[in-house]
Amino acid sequence: MKPDTAQFRENAAAAIADPRLQSALAKLPGGLVAQRRAAVTALPEFEALRDEARAIRDATLANLATHLEAFEAKATAMGSHVHWATDADEARQTISNICNTANARLVIKGKSMVTEEIGLNAYLQNSGIEVVESDLGEYIIQKRGEAPSHIIAPAIHLTEADVEADFRSYHTHLDRDRELGTPERLVAEARAVLREKFLNADVGITGANFLISETGSSIIVTNEGNGDLTQILPRIHIVVATIDKVVPTLDEAMTLLRVLARSATGQDMTAYTTLATGPRRADDLDGPTKCHIVLIDNGRTEMLASDMREALRCIRCGACMNHCPVYNAIGGHAYGWVYPGPIGAVLTPALLGITETRHLPNASTFCGACESVCPVKIPLVSLMRTWRERAHNQGPRTRGARILAKLWSAAATRPALYHLLARFAVAIAGALGRAKGRFRRLPIARGWLKHRDLPAPQGRTFQQLWKEAERGVPR
Amino acid sequence: MPAPHAGLFVTCLVDLMRPSIGFAAARLIEAAGCMVVVPDRQTCCGQPAYNSGDRATAKALALQTIRAFADCEYVVAPSGSCAAMLKVHYPRLVSGEPDLEAEARAFAAKVHELCTFLADIRPIADVPGRYDGRVTYHDACSGLRELSIKSAPRRLLAKVPGLKLAEMPEPEACCGFGGLFAEKYADISNAIVTRKTDNAATAEASLVLAGDLGCLMNMAGKLTRTGRPLACRHIAEVLAGELTDPPIGHSAVSAP
Repeated sequence: MKPDTAQFRENAAAAIADPRLQSALAKLPGGLVAQRRAAVTALPEFEALRDEARAIRDATLANLATHLEAFEAKATAMGSHVHWATDADEARQTISNICNTANARLVIKGKSMVTEEIGLNAYLQNSGIEVVESDLGEYIIQKRGEAPSHIIAPAIHLTEADVEADFRSYHTHLDRDRELGTPERLVAEARAVLREKFLNADVGITGANFLISETGSSIIVTNEGNGDLTQILPRIHIVVATIDKVVPTLDEAMTLLRVLARSATGQDMTAYTTLATGPRRADDLDGPTKCHIVLIDNGRTEMLASDMREALRCIRCGACMNHCPVYNAIGGHAYGWVYPGPIGAVLTPALLGITETRHLPNASTFCGACESVCPVKIPLVSLMRTWRERAHNQGPRTRGARILAKLWSAAATRPALYHLLARFAVAIAGALGRAKGRFRRLPIARGWLKHRDLPAPQGRTFQQLWKEAERGVPR
Repeated sequence: MPAPHAGLFVTCLVDLMRPSIGFAAARLIEAAGCMVVVPDRQTCCGQPAYNSGDRATAKALALQTIRAFADCEYVVAPSGSCAAMLKVHYPRLVSGEPDLEAEARAFAAKVHELCTFLADIRPIADVPGRYDGRVTYHDACSGLRELSIKSAPRRLLAKVPGLKLAEMPEPEACCGFGGLFAEKYADISNAIVTRKTDNAATAEASLVLAGDLGCLMNMAGKLTRTGRPLACRHIAEVLAGELTDPPIGHSAVSAP
C-alpha cells in the first residue's frame, strides 16, 4: 500500500470525528485489553515468561545468520524450496514467478502482515491472478479495498452492521431476504463462500508466526482454521516471512506461543497452532505437492545492525496498540501504513525512512503502557525517542519551532537569566489570568486552547517566593 | 544528629505555575525530619528537550541539575515524571562517559519522588493536612511505570483525616498530556483527556489529585472548559493542608 504517513495529523483528526470508527474502537478496552488482563492474572509465571521470551528473541537475533542457514538447510532437506529476497520488489517477483510457473489463476491467502508490507495482492492481481483473503477480517477489508487497521484484528475498525451491509452488497447470488444479523450468520456465510475458493485455489499463501530451524517448519496460529485449509488444500503452498521470524527450536517456539496468544487475545493457546514441514509425503493423505518458503529481508538486516535491533524481537501480538491511548483514540488507518500503534511508530520509520514518517514516533504521550504489556519487553518509548532524535537532527519542521526551542534552551541552561525571565513572564501572565484563574484564548498555545483552558500561573515563581521567605518576608 | 539536607527539585511547572505546591512539598519534607534546601542553579529537568529529540540540551540540563544538588543528601521532586527523568534517564544521557555516568548514578540514587520519599524513604507517621470529602487519584504515567509509584500516594492519603479515596475507572490510563504532545497533537490529546475526565467524574469526588502538575493542568483545563464541578489539586497540597490557594485553573473569586 502507498504510505500516507505524512498526513498523520489530518488522518487522526478525521478518525476522531468518525462516530462509526469511534464506536468500533470503544470495544477495545472491554475486549482484547480485558481478555489479556484475565489471561495474565491467571498465569502467575507470566512475568517470568516475558523475560524468557525476550531472552530467546535476543539470543536468536544475536546469531540470526546461523539460525537462518540452519533453517534453510533443514527446510530444504524436508523438501521445501527456500528463496531469499532482499527487498519487497524481489519478494513480489519471486512469489509471482512461482505462481506463473504453476499456471495459477486463483491464490488463496492466510493472514500475513508481511504480504501487506510488500504489497503482494495488488501485484499478483495486476498480473491477472485472482487473490482471495481467507481470514474473516482480511476477507472483509479486502472486499472493501481497505488495509488492515490492526495487526491481529484487521477489521477492528468495523462494526457488525458494517459487515452485514458489505456482505449483502457482495454476495448478490444469495437470497436477498436472508437473516444475517448475528456474528454466527456472518461467519457461516463467509465460510460457505470461501469453501469454494479453497477447493479451487491453485496456490495457498500463508505467513509464518515462527520458522523453526531444527525442523525446517513454519508455524501459524489462527482461530478460524483458514490458515490450515490455505496450506493444505491447494497444490502449492508458499510461506512468506521476514528473516526475523526464525526460532532455533520447537521448545523455544512453545515459550513464545505461551506469551503470544495471551498477549494478543487473552487465550492460553489459539484455536489452531499448525506446523507445516515441507510438501506432502508419499503416505500423506493431503497437503501441497510443492512447498516454497520466501525469506524476506526488506530492511531487517539494517535494523539488526542499528540501534533499532530490539524492535526485531516483536512477535506481532498487537498488545502495544490495544493498550495505547493514541491507537485507542484514532485506530490503525490514521498511521498511514501497514503497522500501526507503538510498534508501527518504531518499525515504519525504519522501513520507510524518518522524513516522511516523523509524526509517528512524535505522536505519543510516552505513557509507556505499550512497554508494560509487550511480551518481549521491547523498549518502545526509548526507540520512539531515538527516532525523535533522528528527526530533530534533520532540523525542526518550522522556523518558529526552531527559534522557540533555541531560546528556551539558552535560558534553561543559564539559571540566573532563567529565573529573571521567569519572574517577568509569570508576573504578566499571573496578572492577566488572575480574575478567572485560567485562559480561554491566547496568541500562543493554540493547540492546547482549542480543546481546554490553560490554568493561569499564581503570579510569582517559587524561587522568588522561597528567597523572600528565607529573608523573612511573608508569602 | 543534624537533620539531613533534602534538596527540593521544584520542577519548572511548579516554579512557574503553582508555587503553592512547592511550599506544600517543603512542609512535608520538613515533617519527614529533613532540612529543605532549594538550590537556585536548578531550572528544568530537561524533559521537553529530551523528548523532542534534543539530546544535547537535555544532557546540559542533566549536568546542571546534578551539580546544583551536589551538597544534598536527598533530592526530592513533587513530580513522578521529573523524578524519573533525574533518576532513570540522566544516567542514560551520559552513558558511555564513565566519569559522568558514575556522577549521574550517584545522583540518581539520592533522587526520590515526593510520595515515595514520604511513604518509604523517610516515612512520616502523620500528615499535617486534613480534608473533609471524597477525592479520586490519577496515576500519572511516568511515576507509575518508571518508578512504580502506585501504593505510596494511597498510603499517604489514608493518613489524611476526613479524606475518602474513591477510585475512578482506569486510574492508570494516560491523561493525554505528554508534554508538548498536548499542543502538537491537540485533537488526539483531547480525545484522551476527554475519556480521562469522564472516568474521573464517575468517582463522584470533589477533587482529582495527582502527583504531576502537567497532568493536573491538562485535566483541570478540560474540566473547566467543559464546566464540570470537579477540581484538581496536587496531592502535596492536600497532604500538607495547603488549601488556601484556589484549585488549579480557578481563581479566588470563581473557586468552586
